[in-house]
Amino acid sequence: MQELGDFKLPPFFNYPPYFTLQPVRDTREKQVQLWKDLILNYCKTQNIFVIGLEEDSPLFTNPVIERSVSHEAREAFLSALVSDGRAEWMDKGHRKCLILWHRIQDWADLILSFVKENGLEDSVMTVEEIRSGPESQGTELHGMDRTVLMRALKLLEHKGKLAIFKGTPADEEGVKFSL
Amino acid sequence: MAGKWLPAAELTGSGRPVLQPSEVECSFLSSVDLNCEDNTNFPLFKSGLLILTTHRLLWLPDTTTAAATNSAAAAAAAIPLAAVTHIFTPKKSIKNMFSSPKVRFQVSVTPEGRVAERGSKSMVITLILRGKSDPDAFLGKFSEAWRGRAWESSGSEASSTSNSRQFGSTDGGSSGGVAVRMPVVGVAGILRKEQEMWESTDKSLQEAFQDLNALMSKAKEMVMLAEKMRLKLLSGSNNQTSATNDEEMGSKEEMQDWLLSVGIASPVTKESAGALYHQQLSRQLADFVKIPLEKAGGMISLVDIYCFFNRARGTELISPDDLLQACSLWEKFDVPVMLRKFDSGVRVIQNKSHSDEEVFARIKSLVLEPEALRTGISASDAAMTLGIAPAMAKEHLLAAESKGLLCRDVSPDGFRFYINLFQEINPDDVYFVKGHGIYAAWVSAASASASR
Repeated sequence: MQELGDFKLPPFFNYPPYFTLQPVRDTREKQVQLWKDLILNYCKTQNIFVIGLEEDSPLFTNPVIERSVSHEAREAFLSALVSDGRAEWMDKGHRKCLILWHRIQDWADLILSFVKENGLEDSVMTVEEIRSGPESQGTELHGMDRTVLMRALKLLEHKGKLAIFKGTPADEEGVKFSL
Repeated sequence: MAGKWLPAAELTGSGRPVLQPSEVECSFLSSVDLNCEDNTNFPLFKSGLLILTTHRLLWLPDTTTAAATNSAAAAAAAIPLAAVTHIFTPKKSIKNMFSSPKVRFQVSVTPEGRVAERGSKSMVITLILRGKSDPDAFLGKFSEAWRGRAWESSGSEASSTSNSRQFGSTDGGSSGGVAVRMPVVGVAGILRKEQEMWESTDKSLQEAFQDLNALMSKAKEMVMLAEKMRLKLLSGSNNQTSATNDEEMGSKEEMQDWLLSVGIASPVTKESAGALYHQQLSRQLADFVKIPLEKAGGMISLVDIYCFFNRARGTELISPDDLLQACSLWEKFDVPVMLRKFDSGVRVIQNKSHSDEEVFARIKSLVLEPEALRTGISASDAAMTLGIAPAMAKEHLLAAESKGLLCRDVSPDGFRFYINLFQEINPDDVYFVKGHGIYAAWVSAASASASR
């Protein structure tokens, strides 16, 4: 079976019609479903948060059968994810798409359990520390997208679980947990 | 019941009369009653279609409003023009002005009262024209056909004599003037000279048209010649059965094909059918499409039929619009063919018995072949296997796609169709392939190509 890095591709990745947007409704629904699952799985294992439609993603091209997904079809698959709440367009022109293999709410829960496991209930951390500090090493939070992280933190702030304060340089924002 | 008094007329499946060799239709009239006052037992033929041919007067019951074609075939009647002994000229009277126009003629009958040629007795038959038709024009055509005596002579002669007769009768008055010579004097002389010039141009015009008519009758001769040759070929192949080799037989068959497609001997024209044109054209077309339809496997595109039909008609070409109208009239008649419009807008003629399921089954077995599983099929692949035109094959493939049987692959290599695997894949476990089935067959076919 073909692999992309350490990602194992399903057998139908070699099925040429998989790369052509199907016009018949029932067939198309099934096809879109398979693509949505593949995109989420791939992004999750490869820790990819942003898919650029104009960039050459290995996911949308199969050199073995010489097929690639057209721009229109890519947009259709990603739009389906967006309407499921599993992705968001980052611009009006639909050129970049933020993939949420965990929803924002799920990310927020992950942050809370991380805080509890490390006994950080009342401590202060910078946003950068959460993303790349030694504490988050080995968790899903490590290396996560800053935009997604900020969205999750804001959600928690809204619930009164923490307070975000601005640091002196703009990117040195800090978080005060109060669980 | 009618058969007792009048000879029956044979009809084709679509309700068109079966014509005798070299018989040509001259005029169509709708809503005509046929009656006989001399014979009290004679049934009233009410409100039917009257067709005047060079050989017969045909009366067909109106099938558009009632009754299936089967019962119609039983009731259709014919009066051979050979049996007509006299055509009465209608008297112009005030009484006639208000009633429906009538045409009366005398026919010879056998002592039992059956209409026949050279019968010992005679009786008068009345045609009552209830439809919006021109009785005088019909009467003219009727007597012309009767006097033409086409049933006696061979077809080509008949048409040329009737044509010349037609020209003779239309301007008989003016030609009479040339016979008497007058001295050329004064104003009267100038007028006469003018008149003569008129007449000479008239004459040359006539001659020119006569040439055209001669050409037309030659065309008819050609049709007859083709028919004769075909018959000869047929009898020839029967006599020398085993001696002929395959190649010779093949060329003979081809020759026969060519000759068969030379012509429709009596094409329905606007001139002869008038208001009934599209209706009659529709019926003739239904009879005509049977053979090409069979050859094409039950479905044929409208464009192809347009070509075939016009080629068979020779000079009396019809417009695409007429063809379309004729086809759309089929819904109203009991004919075995129908017009079908695909989603893409392509219009085809197909047998009513033609089933899509059968075609789909053949397409399915085609795409399940190992080679097709791997590379898919194009419209031309399907056309070759199904023995139909590529455009038609594409319509079938698209129809199969919309049924969920196939799905498409558009790539720089072209537009190809594959068996639809999407329904076979389990979305909860995308790596799982069932032990047998279409998906497994495809996986093994695809991996075979990858390992090569």
